[in-house]
Order: sequence, then structure tokens, then C-alpha cells
Amino acid sequence: MSSEAINRSRAVDWSLRAYIVLAYAFVFAPIAASFVFSLNSDRFPSIPLGHFSLEWYRAVASDPLVWQGLGNTLVIGLIVGVVSTLLGFGAAYTDYRYNFFGKQVYLALALLPPTIPVIIMGLAMLAFLSRVDLSGRAISVIIAHVVICAPFAMAIIRLRLSQMDPALEPAAWNLGASEWATMRHVIVPFTKPAIFGALFITMAVSFDEFAIAWFVSGLNETLPVKVLGFLQGQVSPRINAIGTFVFVISMTLVILAQVLLSGRTGPTAADKE
Amino acid sequence: MQRDTLVSFEGVIKRFGSFTAVQRMDFEIKKGEFLAIMGSSGCGKTTTLRMLAGLEAPSEGTIRLSGKPINHLPTWQRDTPMVWQSLALFPFLNVRENVEFALKMRGVGKAERQRRAEQWLDRMQILEFADRNIAQLSGGQRQRVALARSLVVEPEILLLDEPLSALDAALKVRMQSVLKNLQRETGITFVYVTHSQSEAFSMADRVVIMSRGVIEQIGTPQEIYGAPRTRFVADFLGSSNIFTGRVRAASPSAVEVDTPDGPLALAGGNLPAPPRQGDTATLTVLDTKTHLSVSRPTGQANVVPVRVIGEEFVGATATVYLETAKGQEIRVQKSHDELAGLPLDIGQELFVHWSPADSHLVAEA
Ligand SMILES: Nc1ncnc2c1ncn2[C@@H]1O[C@H](COP(=O)(O)OP(=O)(O)O)[C@@H](O)[C@H]1O
Ligand SMILES: [Mg+2]
Repeated sequence: MSSEAINRSRAVDWSLRAYIVLAYAFVFAPIAASFVFSLNSDRFPSIPLGHFSLEWYRAVASDPLVWQGLGNTLVIGLIVGVVSTLLGFGAAYTDYRYNFFGKQVYLALALLPPTIPVIIMGLAMLAFLSRVDLSGRAISVIIAHVVICAPFAMAIIRLRLSQMDPALEPAAWNLGASEWATMRHVIVPFTKPAIFGALFITMAVSFDEFAIAWFVSGLNETLPVKVLGFLQGQVSPRINAIGTFVFVISMTLVILAQVLLSGRTGPTAADKE
Repeated sequence: MQRDTLVSFEGVIKRFGSFTAVQRMDFEIKKGEFLAIMGSSGCGKTTTLRMLAGLEAPSEGTIRLSGKPINHLPTWQRDTPMVWQSLALFPFLNVRENVEFALKMRGVGKAERQRRAEQWLDRMQILEFADRNIAQLSGGQRQRVALARSLVVEPEILLLDEPLSALDAALKVRMQSVLKNLQRETGITFVYVTHSQSEAFSMADRVVIMSRGVIEQIGTPQEIYGAPRTRFVADFLGSSNIFTGRVRAASPSAVEVDTPDGPLALAGGNLPAPPRQGDTATLTVLDTKTHLSVSRPTGQANVVPVRVIGEEFVGATATVYLETAKGQEIRVQKSHDELAGLPLDIGQELFVHWSPADSHLVAEA
């Protein structure tokens, strides 16, 4: 970006830069602090720092409960990602392809769950799942997470479908592809970046989600729920170690999604010359 | 139905809700002809083509392909490939894969697919781009990919929906001759939808002119240009002078019409149906068939006194704009040589005249 082109004053330029640096510092400072203290030998987070140490990572790694929580988180995250993406794809394609009575309502309902406060969502889920005898199991967390993740997947895939030339699908039919063949050879390849983007984002959301999992997980605690357990027991730098680990995984998923969703979206851009 | 008919539309109507996009259409497409469907935007050209392709079902009537009704045959079971206005090339496939697509969907084996795709890429002179992405091609190259992609199945009929509209003027003319040659060499029936008179008239064997969902006229470019059948067609082509009046006398061989600018005559042979005395009638004469003179010509039937209101140069010819005492505008198109001796200052009084054989009656739509 060139600032000369718009002829902005230097003061505005610099204050905008400072603003961005501060905003990022505000967001990332706690995470950075957590990272630093996770490698610090002292029991309590205080300055000056003690010496460099991996003891908290070792402590975490030797705790079978942490491994169990991580296992739960990964398995649940993977299943939630796949199921949400499938559901989101179906919903987005239905919206793209069909016009029907009450479509606006359908869309509003489909996109609603993430806007409901998580506490209410968690309580409602708990009440409902225990009524149908599904609470306190891994499947409970999966169901609850799919409910909040599928709308994200739908929104991502829907955006991609909206960039598709509306003639593409009928062109495939016209060239002899049945509706299924067109789904497989045209719609899926076209939306593939969004499908993987949605997969990674929904996995990351499930991975980090705490409140609902806390309500419905019972003995199948996910990692964020386990962390709360640590906090309630004793303050331990192990939390920093886990936090750093979780952050790295989530960021990796989000960045992967970002790369997929921003890259190579538009051969359509060069359509006219 | 004649033996050389490939497609027939029989009483075909298409409604979208309460709106009728195509109104009771009856016409035939002959085997191996280049047919253009022309009309202004929104007149139902694309809808007609989509019904033929199986992308819309007619609300009423029957469409036959080689004699068989195809109303309810889904598009993927018809051999009616279409070249789209947006081209609709698959952006995630390269050139070769785009061209192979239809063969792949028909279960043609890999080697055979490759052979036939390359044959068409070569024929369209884009074989060297076979492994490029669509995004890396120019407009003209994409056009050729779209043609190859549709023609690779060697269909009996090819549908084209304003395929040249995104190209610049020079490329448009070049692609027109590519299309015309392709059609002639392959003998494949082309149905070409366009809003451009020059495209339709320069390429097509026959032209269908549509207006608001209705066919106004079908004929060869010469027939339509020489004798527009309806007032709409005459207006649309813009090359005819149009007069309206009341029939004074009518016989099978000649008609006389009283207009505000005096009686005008036309000779027989140009009558769709002989009009009755007292009917309102509209007659046309091409601006290239009208003549100018300084003094009143004697022994001529159609002579109208006019004043010059302007002149416009169009390449080798000029169009003189004139006005009668009643305010009727008349245009005369002539070569510069033919106009050389005439005084053409604005306000100059002249006489326009033409032969009764060059007048035509049109249906008042
Ligand atoms: N799917 C549709 N639903 C409703 N109206 C339509 C639909 N498709 C076309 N139309 C209407 O039918 C008319 C003819 O459209 P179209 O055949 O695309 O015109 P053209 O190709 O001649 O410009 C237009 O008024 C258009 O708005
Ligand atoms: Mg159209």
C-alpha cells in the first residue's frame, strides 16, 4: 500500500500504524506472556524471570488426564469438523440451488446458533441431551459442537458458491453430466478450497470451545475443560504450557483455512480483457 | 414435417409465473442450416434456446428433435451442447480437461478422450495451450475452448447464446468468420442467438426475428431486409422508410394507399394478403431504393415533395435526411457519386420518388 497515492498526512499515517501495533499487542500480549511463563522455572508468574525450563511441559506430558483430555479434544474436533462441514455444505448448496417458500427463515435459522449466548446454549444442550439420555458422553460434546460449528461451515461454503458463474452447473448438465456427476465433477472441485477452509475453522472452533463442552461433557472432558480443573485446584504454570500448545494448534488450523480461502479464488478476475 | 427438418417447435409457450416469456411459437430448424434468432434484450431468445437445450421445460406445446418429442428429456440426455454467453468454462480444469469433460461424462475411455480432444483443440488452433489454465487465456482463445468443448461430442446441433458479446469489434468479426466456416465444414446445425443485426445477417442462412416473446418474421437475410413483414421488423432493422395510410383501391396486382403526403402505390407480388378498401395500411420502402431529383419527375407513381434536413456520411455512402410538409421523415441512401450533382443545403426543396415494385405492405402489429 502506498501512502503517497492518497496524500495522507504523516501524523495520521504514524498514528494509524501505532494503533495497529497497540491493537495487536492488546490481543497477543497475554498469549505471549503465557508462552514466556510456560518456559520459566518459577512456580508463580513474576518478574524477574527464573531460568529457562521445560519442566512444566514435562509435567503436562506425564499427566495421563491431560493426554486423555487431548485425545478427547482431537477426536471430537475431527468428527465435529467433518460432520459440520458436510452439513454446512448441504445447507449452503440447498440455499444456492433452490428457491422455496420460507427460504429467508431457513437461512436465518441455519445461521442463528453462533449468536446465542454460550451459557444459554450450554444449558439448553445439557437439558435436552440429558432428557434424551445423551449427556455426559463424547457424543454429547460432538452434537453440541456441531450445532455451533455447522453455521460457520455453511457461511464459508456459501460465500464460495456465490462466486461461481451461475451458468457453470447447467453447462455441466448440458455437456452430459447428471446432477450427481455435476456435484462430483463441478460443484465439489469448485468449492474445494472453501470445504477445506470450513473443515479447519470448525475443527479450531471445536478445539477451543469451553463453555458448552463444560456443560455437557461429563467424564469425557476436553482439554479446555481439563484446564479449568487445574485452575480450580491450584495455580500451576502447566496451564501456560497447555495454553501455548493449544494456541499453536488453533493458529495452525486458522492459518491453513486462511491460505485456502484467500488463495486462487478467482480465475474469474481475468474474465474480460 | 419435411424430411430435412431437424427441430420443430409446435405451439410452444413458456411462462414464468404470470409472465409469458415465449408466446405460442411455431417454427422449424432445418438440418445443417445456420439459423440466427435475433431480437432486443428480454424478448425471449435465451428462453427459446434453453427450452431446446432442455434447461427449461415448455409450459405448453411440443419440441421435436429428429421427429421425437423431447419436452421431458433432461438436458444431460440430449445431444444439444450450448456455448454460453459467459462461456462457463470450468475454472478448476485446464484447457484439455475442459474439452474432455463431455466425453468423460459419456464414459469414453482415456486414450480415446485424449485423441478426440486434441483433434478439436488442433482444429480450433489452440492445441499449444492444451495444458494452460483458463485464467491464462485471452478472450478469443477462451471462445475457441468453449467451441471445442461443445463440439467434441460431434453433435447434430450446436446452440450458441450471444457467444461473441464480450469481444472487441475486430475480434468479433474474426470469430464470425471462424464460426461461419466451422458451420459450413462440419455441416452441424447452428442455432445462434444474438441481439446484433450485423452478426445475424452476416452469418445466418435464415434469421428468426423475435419481439416480446413473438416471432415477427422468419426468412433469409435478403428476404427480411428487402421485405420486412411487420412494422416492428421494419423499425428494428432501421433501413426502411415507413408510411401509414388508408387503402383507396386494391386489386391482386396493385394497391393504392392514401397517406397524408399523397397517394402511394405498390405493385403486386409484395402482398402478404390483399388488403381491403378502407383498411389502414403501412407500407415501406428501403432507403437504398429511394431516389432524389430537383424537378418533379413525370410519369412516376410515388413522388413526394420534401425539404432537406441533414446529411450523414457512412463510409462509401451518404444518407440524406428529408422531411415532408406533414413532418414525415424520409431517408435516402446513395453513393457519393450519385449525390454529386444535387443541391443538398438544409431547407433545399427536392422530390423523393421510388418504383411501386420497391414498396411493400407490412402487417400492422
Ligand atoms: N427463470 C426466469 N424466471 C422469471 N423470468 C424469467 C426467467 N428467465 C427469463 N425470464 C424473463 O423472460 C424474459 C425473456 O428472457 P430471455 O429469454 O433471457 O431474454 P433474451 O435472451 O432475449 O434477452 C425476460 O423478461 C426475463 O426477465
Ligand atoms: Mg439472453
